[in-house]
Amino acid sequence: MSEKIERHTMSVLVENEPGVLARVIGLFAGRGYNIESLTVAEVDVVENLSRVNLVTTGSPMIIEQIKNQLDRLVPVRTVSDLTAEGSYVERELALIKVVSIGEKRVESLRIADIFRAHVVDSENDSFVFEMTGKPSKIDAFVRLMEPLGLTEISRTGVSAMLRGKRSL
Amino acid sequence: MSRKAKYNSKSSNMTGAEMLVQCLADLGVDTVFGYPGGAVLPIYDAIFKQNQVRHILVRHEQGAVHAAEGYARSTGKVGVVLVTSGPGATNSVTGLTDAMMDSVPIVCLTGQVPTHMIGNDAFQEADTVGITRPCTKHNYLVRSVDVLCKTIQDAFYIAKAGRPGPVVVDLPKDIVMSEGKYDKAGSSFNNSKHLSYNPQIEPDPSAISRAIEAMQKAERPILYTGGGIINSGPEASVLLRELAHKTGFPITNTLMGLGSFPASDSQFLGMLGMHGTYEANMAMAECDVMVCIGARFDDRVTGKLSDFSTGSYKIHADIDPSSINKNVSVDVPIIGDSVRIISAMLEAWKTQGNKPNMSRSSPWWKKIEKWRSRECLYYKQSDEVIKPQYAIQRLHELTKNKDVYFTTEVGQHQMWAAQYLRFDEPNRWMTSGGLGTMGYGFPAAMGVQVAHPNSLVIDVAGEASLLMVIQELSTLMQHRLPVKVFLLNNEYMGMVRQWQELFHGGRYSESYMDSLPDFVKLAESFGARGLRASKPADVDKVILEMIDTDGPVIADILVDKETNVYPMIPSGAAHYEMKLGPDHGESEESADGGMASV
Repeated sequence: MSEKIERHTMSVLVENEPGVLARVIGLFAGRGYNIESLTVAEVDVVENLSRVNLVTTGSPMIIEQIKNQLDRLVPVRTVSDLTAEGSYVERELALIKVVSIGEKRVESLRIADIFRAHVVDSENDSFVFEMTGKPSKIDAFVRLMEPLGLTEISRTGVSAMLRGKRSL
Repeated sequence: MSRKAKYNSKSSNMTGAEMLVQCLADLGVDTVFGYPGGAVLPIYDAIFKQNQVRHILVRHEQGAVHAAEGYARSTGKVGVVLVTSGPGATNSVTGLTDAMMDSVPIVCLTGQVPTHMIGNDAFQEADTVGITRPCTKHNYLVRSVDVLCKTIQDAFYIAKAGRPGPVVVDLPKDIVMSEGKYDKAGSSFNNSKHLSYNPQIEPDPSAISRAIEAMQKAERPILYTGGGIINSGPEASVLLRELAHKTGFPITNTLMGLGSFPASDSQFLGMLGMHGTYEANMAMAECDVMVCIGARFDDRVTGKLSDFSTGSYKIHADIDPSSINKNVSVDVPIIGDSVRIISAMLEAWKTQGNKPNMSRSSPWWKKIEKWRSRECLYYKQSDEVIKPQYAIQRLHELTKNKDVYFTTEVGQHQMWAAQYLRFDEPNRWMTSGGLGTMGYGFPAAMGVQVAHPNSLVIDVAGEASLLMVIQELSTLMQHRLPVKVFLLNNEYMGMVRQWQELFHGGRYSESYMDSLPDFVKLAESFGARGLRASKPADVDKVILEMIDTDGPVIADILVDKETNVYPMIPSGAAHYEMKLGPDHGESEESADGGMASV
């Protein structure tokens, strides 16, 4: 079947219990689905809920499977395919280390300013930049830093939410 | 205070093990299949001190799970298993996976090392929740005696709700030894809504009306139904019969669905799929409207996916949304319980004043009769050797008026049983469909017999499968379970040999069962009865003697060694490319194309 491969962002509310992340990841590994990015953290202390945001790719049939398979997991409260539901915001945080001196060092700081990245650590020959944005914006920043002494990247993966008043 | 009084008081301190057993009793559990060991000794102690829950001691933990499956599938209740930590848990994995694939409600209680030793590679420690995560519907590690009963109740709910499946509850030894309060009244026996798992039972009315609209216009319809009908309860089978009669549609069943519609009904086309009937597969291929209820378009049903019933409008009703649009993309998905779905369909059909739109004189039924006239299950009878088909046919004839349950192992005998035994009721047929577990049928038959002590329970077996679980004969003797094993002995792993003949140039690599035991003597060594038939003329006599024997029997039926199962959709072929086999004048030449497919 030569169906089009789509990229979807999903948000999953799960009961925050031991092993719940293993259930989600095991499902993807066991059934051969892709994970491009996955984040998880507790979001509701009273109800003991965590939110998993994940980005996956597949044909429309596979995407539907992923959603239904996730929904079938017992500790999963809700699954929302944000891409299918319409307009949503997507953000990622990255820490980027650039090691350089002289002209390159100045240039990296100038570009960081354009991208609204913050300097969170500085020494004579290095910067650690922090930036938040769409993954594509981070990709672009990383590309520009490459010739300027980029040595290390740490990204959180995507966090996402529907626009407007609708909630998960 | 006597122990009994202590149990009956409304709320009292008990050990976790006592609470567990009381909780099982209060949930209506009458039987547990299990095997003791270090980590579950406190639970076995609690079992020893009571008589509400019966324990059936198996001889291998895999047998315990299959027995619980047989119990569950023949009664509709949850089957319960109790095994120890480590090897006890790992030995149950095959059974759990089998129950997962075939949607059988099981609660498997596993012992675990004490909580403070978890993760230290303690004696008989295994990461049971880790190992069983992919082969259970859900699993729990109980971390406190305070949540023990709630967890057990949850486990039973999850096992049964929606699409049924196995649930593991891992019980550390210190938890079952510590004391807590058991409060039946205060616990959530009257299940309030579960927080996160609430499968949709009622179908969407608009989906039903879209389905009915297509069914009214259908010129070449077919009903294709599976194990979901049986899991929905006996009412679903009654309703299905009504739906078929009200519409006049032909109907085919999957391997798991046999018995959900009477095989004796003239609208029944037989089983479909790889070894299904020619008429069922051709009708699936050429239908214009396919109504699938409680089946999942398994690869054994569809054959080559891209050629599967390409011209049909497909309606797919299932309780599990993840079964829909998985292999085959459908036009009308309906999510809900079979009983509710078929009721809604019937109501819509009747209120619109529809008569059956498929009379037996319609062109579609005429076409089906033409396919039927090929008599795909015909085989050449022999006077000298017992044809396996003949043995099964005689078994059917001589048991059909009895209160009888059948289980099978996996392989050729399983397919012949599916083809030649004919079921008119649900819950009478237990076989390993999804996982294809050799060694399923014998222990499953034990479980069926425990649930139905006065019924005739027959395991149709092959000698290779039976040898995987033969130790359970000891269980049968201990618990006086008069299971009959109808052993089609061809001294080969027959299905492996058949595929090697058809797809691997006849190179019979490791498929010959060398050094087989004398099954009559083997039965006798356990104290059971052994019988043997070696000529067609012996078959009836052996069957009747087997039925008339009070205790367990192994009936060793020496059948034709190299008979193949037909009809057959060769692996990798389309479902309309069925081979009817040499008895229909076709050659058995090997095809290389099938080699790569499973």
